Amino acid sequence: MSAEPIVRARDIRIWYGTTRGPVKAVDGVSFSVGKAEILGLVGESGSGKSTLGRGLLGLLPDGAAMDGELTFEGVDLLAATPKQRFAYRGTHLGMIFQEPLTRLNPLMRISEHFSETLKTHEPSISKAEIERRSLEVLRVMGIPPSRFSSYPHEFSGGMRQRLMIALALVLRPAFVVADEPTTALDVLVEAQIIKILHDLRNSFDTSLLLITHNLGIIAEACDRVAVMYAGQIVEIGAVDKVFADPQHPYTRELLRSTISLSTTALHSIPGAPPDLVDPPTGCAFHPRCPDALAICAVTRPIAYARDGGAPRSGSTDVACWVASAKSGTVTLTPAEAAPLPREELADADEA
Amino acid sequence: MPTKPDDILAIRDLEVHFEQSGSSLSRLLGRPSGTVKAVDGINITLQRGEVLGLVGESGSGKTTLGRAILGLVPATSGTITYTPPAGEGVDIATLKGATLRSMRQRLQMVFQDPSAALNPSMTLETAIGHPLVIHKVASGEELRQRVIASLERVGLSPAEQFLSKYPSDLSGGQKQRAVMARAIIVGPELVVADEPVSMLDMSVRAKVLQLMLDLKRDLGLTYVYVTHDLATAKFFCDRVAIMYLGKIVEIGPSDEIFADPKHPYTKSLLKAIPDPDPSKAIPRDLPRGEIPDAARPPKGCSFHPRCPMARNDCGWEPRDLKSLVEEHWTTTDLATFEREHELVGHLVELNTSAGEVVVEPHRGKGSPDDVWAMFSAIKDARPDEPLWRGVTSMEKTPAGVKFVFAPSSPVNLRASGASEVACVLYPSAP
Repeated sequence: MSAEPIVRARDIRIWYGTTRGPVKAVDGVSFSVGKAEILGLVGESGSGKSTLGRGLLGLLPDGAAMDGELTFEGVDLLAATPKQRFAYRGTHLGMIFQEPLTRLNPLMRISEHFSETLKTHEPSISKAEIERRSLEVLRVMGIPPSRFSSYPHEFSGGMRQRLMIALALVLRPAFVVADEPTTALDVLVEAQIIKILHDLRNSFDTSLLLITHNLGIIAEACDRVAVMYAGQIVEIGAVDKVFADPQHPYTRELLRSTISLSTTALHSIPGAPPDLVDPPTGCAFHPRCPDALAICAVTRPIAYARDGGAPRSGSTDVACWVASAKSGTVTLTPAEAAPLPREELADADEA
Repeated sequence: MPTKPDDILAIRDLEVHFEQSGSSLSRLLGRPSGTVKAVDGINITLQRGEVLGLVGESGSGKTTLGRAILGLVPATSGTITYTPPAGEGVDIATLKGATLRSMRQRLQMVFQDPSAALNPSMTLETAIGHPLVIHKVASGEELRQRVIASLERVGLSPAEQFLSKYPSDLSGGQKQRAVMARAIIVGPELVVADEPVSMLDMSVRAKVLQLMLDLKRDLGLTYVYVTHDLATAKFFCDRVAIMYLGKIVEIGPSDEIFADPKHPYTKSLLKAIPDPDPSKAIPRDLPRGEIPDAARPPKGCSFHPRCPMARNDCGWEPRDLKSLVEEHWTTTDLATFEREHELVGHLVELNTSAGEVVVEPHRGKGSPDDVWAMFSAIKDARPDEPLWRGVTSMEKTPAGVKFVFAPSSPVNLRASGASEVACVLYPSAP
């Protein structure tokens, strides 16, 4: 990984306005993505991971507000005008959506999709150049050039997702957000797409933010992982470190509750994710956390680097009082370190 | 066929075919249109108290089979014999109307998407009590008490708090619990669960599976668990049937299937599951392509075009040659592609399952020698392609290049160890 990150986000907050008050979908998130790096963003539904991905590209709906610092190759994206951000999308920042069929126009041939994309950003491009560049990307995606003038319905589900990836990459963006790119696909096709995404850095030198709820995909495809809970990143670091020795109780419990081929007993996290209009005080995970201390219910944890000191890019950052007390980065008073009495959860609250 | 007393369900030679409507012109001219064989000759016997997993990709026919068991899709042929604890077996495939509906007191279904399976304008009390009203089992205070008991049973307690709630007030896991409550309220014996946890978050999946195991133990249920997820199937099922394009390719006890998978498709599925263990690398030797169109299934073994272990007699056909040429075009440079594409066109003559085929130069552009040179180069570049094992001869004729394909061997389910496998690599024991 090169020293200068492609994307740097600091204290990003994205709130939606509702009649019940603001929904704090993303609430103080900081991370960076290096050149040709794959950062996995994992979390359960409602954790704010998709909102964050869209926010990075400036694709938020009306009624959403975003604040913080977001730079792309040193350029401040949040200070840019909508027109400037529009110019950045596609050419510098790409997006791969979840459902390829709803994103492809059924009345347009594949060739027309490519020529529209390229002409929007490079109005003077020649027809021969469009074909040359499109076919080159399609070839990397394993789509036969003889299908260039076909319509979307003539392709299978996996082929359509390859087309979506090809459409995002034909403009050679340096940074791509892929939001659940394989959720609608079968396991064998999913593995093919994951392999393509993993190899993007070799063929296109692309940095990738891969949003998924599947820890298996993170383990196979990503260099680093950010675990999101209730709009916050609770743990971020190298995938092998985080998975082998998770520091945050949520990461640990999430890994334990994942059903894999080696599962011999069922495990689940008690309770349900919080309402983001009125999230719990202190650490948002404290009502469900088996390790919670008295301080967890009162004060939001301060992120620390696992190998000591303040969090910095590339190290493992954890936002948890228990973990930071164990590592010696903070010293808690006996009152703060007292175990938090757990309220009994009814089954009904659990699911 | 006789059934043993502890067999709850016996499916024999079940076929569910869907007619395609075809174009308006072909309807006008009375031309035959295509048939999708969603379920194509299935034999399963289900024991009382067993959990059977139907595992496959989308398009494998697993959901159609699950629905056919409840008579939700009409069987084209074959029998589905349900045997109650006491009494004679009934063939669900022949039942209609009221008699079929009355069977649903014994056979119930849990759907994939709990949000879509609950009427948004019904309170839980109405929705969960609905089966009792439909089957005229209970009313008034008894109905209410049975709804409360059912809610408590699935862990939605205190039940009184949930009676007046609407589906929109519930989380995903709670909705699936409500759907379970509605399924068990009539006291069924068999529950077909179609992907019951695939729409739920990871931390909730385990809870719903645990609930299903508890219900099975307490109520003596038998499950048919339809899923694409081998990991939950391994944990949850006693027996697993792997389906591909309407057929069972491998069936056996879970332990056997997962410890010693035999069919190449089962092996690929197991290899492809993303495992949350970063020390495992991305699997690179996975089958290419996707599940084929069920309206035009491949010849011989349906899996042969994707199979890494295919032999000469797996059912190779001209269509596979077309796929190979198209794949070859993704690796050549643009000039080569344009020259070859001009030479052979879209290879429409290969859209067939015939045993032999001649590829001619397209509209007289180029000579048979050019076509021969093109295919020779493709073959020389990748001589190990399984397809070439199935091509018995490739020869130049005055018109073009003639390919002859090897005939296919039958692929029926044959016993191998404790499982049954439909693959030429596992011939029946002598």
